[in-house]
Amino acid sequence: MSWALKTEALGKSFTLHLQGGLHLPVLADVSLSVDPGECVVLAGPSGAGKSTLMRCLYGNYGAERGRLLLRHAGEVVDLATADARLMRIIRRDTLGYVSQFLRVIPRVSALEVVAQPLTDRGMARGAALDRASALLHRLNLPGRLHGLPPATFSGGEQQRVNLARGFAPGYPVLLLDEPTASLDAANREVVITLIAEAKAAGSALIGIFHDIDVRDRVADRLFDVAPLQEAA
Amino acid sequence: MSAPLMQATGLTLNFGRIRALDEVDIAIWPGEVVAIVGESGSGKSTLLRVLSGQAQADAGQVFYDGQDVGAMTEAGRRRLLRAEWGFVHQNPRDGLRMTVSAGGNIGERLMAQGNRHYGNIRKAATAWLQKVEIEVDRLDDLPRTFSGGMQQRLQIARTLVTEPRLVFMDEPTGGLDVSVQARLLDLIRALVAELGLAVLIVTHDIAAARLLAHRIVVMRHGRVVEEGLTDRVLDDPQHPYTQLLVTSVLMA
Repeated sequence: MSWALKTEALGKSFTLHLQGGLHLPVLADVSLSVDPGECVVLAGPSGAGKSTLMRCLYGNYGAERGRLLLRHAGEVVDLATADARLMRIIRRDTLGYVSQFLRVIPRVSALEVVAQPLTDRGMARGAALDRASALLHRLNLPGRLHGLPPATFSGGEQQRVNLARGFAPGYPVLLLDEPTASLDAANREVVITLIAEAKAAGSALIGIFHDIDVRDRVADRLFDVAPLQEAA
Repeated sequence: MSAPLMQATGLTLNFGRIRALDEVDIAIWPGEVVAIVGESGSGKSTLLRVLSGQAQADAGQVFYDGQDVGAMTEAGRRRLLRAEWGFVHQNPRDGLRMTVSAGGNIGERLMAQGNRHYGNIRKAATAWLQKVEIEVDRLDDLPRTFSGGMQQRLQIARTLVTEPRLVFMDEPTGGLDVSVQARLLDLIRALVAELGLAVLIVTHDIAAARLLAHRIVVMRHGRVVEEGLTDRVLDDPQHPYTQLLVTSVLMA
């Protein structure tokens, strides 16, 4: 088996209808391929479109041109044309995403937030809670916080809940959008170890890391995302 | 993939010169929460009424579980509404019987399904009060002694007690205070996930749609202008009207 995820001539622009139809091209002709067990880090200056590419890969931005191929359940699926219901299944089983910020659901505890993707995949509730708790402990989130909704947590604590939620299921493809941005040194080390373990388990990882030290330690290679030239 | 639980095609409905629904196609699958969003007058509530058999379209068809709902007898449609479907109204007074106790409101749908054992019905009613976070000692009180948020939670209990397969919700948090809305939304989210319900929810609240829905359908002037995965529609809206809708949300 070769690549886990591959884009072919992926292009993305935005048309702002409320700004007189202003057209903003962001990505053109992006061809990226990531193998299982590999971590590819997106590099390029701020505003070059790294986050846009990540969001295209996860499907919250629709791919406009090209193909976005993913191996899912033994088949190749083009995410550029996959319908909403298939995307839901792909996100449950194959494609994970750790964003910079946790989208907090009121009244749901940190432990439940982390366990939910596991029970969604059919894991027994007890086992899911155990795994969630173990991961939160590894990320140094004290047990007394596990039962609380993360809404009141600090940025770093919320980030760790987010990381636990993303790493818990062992997705075949995992997207990481600045997962270490608000973490202290000790927790950055934990994340580096989690990434190494995911790679060893055969996951394909794609990340954005602004911390050069972390980036150099996790990246098998860099993928340059260059800003598009201004159209004349 | 599996067949849709409900599928409608080409729904068109005119109110005089106003076209309330214009060639609307929509489908919902088991276990899926679909939000229909749009401004007042976009046709979203009309669509819900047509889909749930409370209004008749001028043209188009609605299939439920493979059956043509339009071709059913009135009795057949009533049986669906009683046994397979649930409807949560914006105003709880439209969904509750205000002269019947809370327990009676919950028990009524069970009785309509043929349950006759008083003790079991009361036990189910008590369990559902707890599920919707109403003190069980309010079981014999009339709904008019309840706050608006409690009435809405009672209506949800009354609707879900028979475990319908498809639930229609029309602005369920519409008339409530913001703090009460959040609690109700979270309750709906948890119950829907626990029971694996298919839900069609009409709302103009984008944040509520983001929290609850797997998929979003955007309506304007009786037409579906955009639809798709919830975060795709909200984060990368394509249609000018969806862009307006998304950028009009105030950030807390």
